[in-house]
Amino acid sequence: MASITVGISDLKLANPPDTLITYALGSCVGICLLDPITRVGGLSHIMLPSSAAVTGDLNVMKFADTAIPDLIKKMERKGASRTRLKAKIAGGAQMFGAGQTGGTASNDMWQIGQRNVQAVTAILQKIGIPIIAKDVLSNYGRTVLFDPATGIMTVKSLNKNVKEL
Amino acid sequence: MGIRYEDLNDMHMDVLREIGNIGAGNAATSLSVMLGQPIDIALPKVQLLDFNSVTDAMGGPETLTYGVLLSLTGEIDGMVMFLLNKDFAHLMLNALMGEAFASFDEMDEMALSAIREVGNILSAAYVKSISELTGLDIHMSVPEVSIDMAGALLSMPLIKFGAVGDRVLFIEENFQSVSESVASNMILFAEPTSLSLMLSKLGIS
Repeated sequence: MASITVGISDLKLANPPDTLITYALGSCVGICLLDPITRVGGLSHIMLPSSAAVTGDLNVMKFADTAIPDLIKKMERKGASRTRLKAKIAGGAQMFGAGQTGGTASNDMWQIGQRNVQAVTAILQKIGIPIIAKDVLSNYGRTVLFDPATGIMTVKSLNKNVKEL
Repeated sequence: MGIRYEDLNDMHMDVLREIGNIGAGNAATSLSVMLGQPIDIALPKVQLLDFNSVTDAMGGPETLTYGVLLSLTGEIDGMVMFLLNKDFAHLMLNALMGEAFASFDEMDEMALSAIREVGNILSAAYVKSISELTGLDIHMSVPEVSIDMAGALLSMPLIKFGAVGDRVLFIEENFQSVSESVASNMILFAEPTSLSLMLSKLGIS
């Protein structure tokens, strides 16, 4: 079995016994999708909510609105059915300016994590994929492991208990 | 129009290195005053790195890292982020607060303020060198501090400037006090138009 690493602005697929991992999500969001019948799993690590304002070359894996459809299409090619897909999501933290250090957090750029989570939730809802588990927002980084054999998303953070969702 | 980090040539890099050298000199002076002991900084290593190389330089994306982040406004639109490893942070805290500082768990509000102040002083030293060499008016925001995985800390400025290009200007400094040698890393994020303005003010375009 292999542990397949998903980079930042990246997405990958895996079948059991292989697993997927993405490291140190901060304000980015990790989206785990699974077809429980064919056991085709996918993990996408997005940085930004929308590609709408981007001109020129576009990395579709960077944006929630382009990465999620791309991941679904690739999973369908491997035998997954869109109607059976279930989602688990993690990330979207506010790493700086969350008030714990007394700085000036007036700029809405600090809240990019929250906007990423909102975008991912809205896109999945529109496509009709239920979010069955999530560990999002707050102010700490997360490493996410996804095992298509069990459908379990494991979230690891510094100085916190490991969560299995 | 603007210049992305990807477009920089050797001449540009030489100029940016010179800014780094002058900034490091300023930073050493400020730190010596703050800590009440002589601090030397070796010539800093200035490189253009992609995201993965930056996290590798910190010991991997999950490495516990102290991050200090400031916004640059005025004639420049950018951000400065300091990534300090545990050794660096502990040396600073012990020198500043005069007590042994054992672990991350003991990090209290006062220690966070001290880290923020160190970040502020180091950033000011660099921003001053950029400002003086270019004649540009640059304002620094109040620094924000966070302690977490290196990769997670970097996500915020990368998101803001990630749409611009996937490489960053990475300045690695080695500080030498009487008894110890520690490293800090600074990353300068700038919008392409700001980078191009800085370089043209320095006489190259």
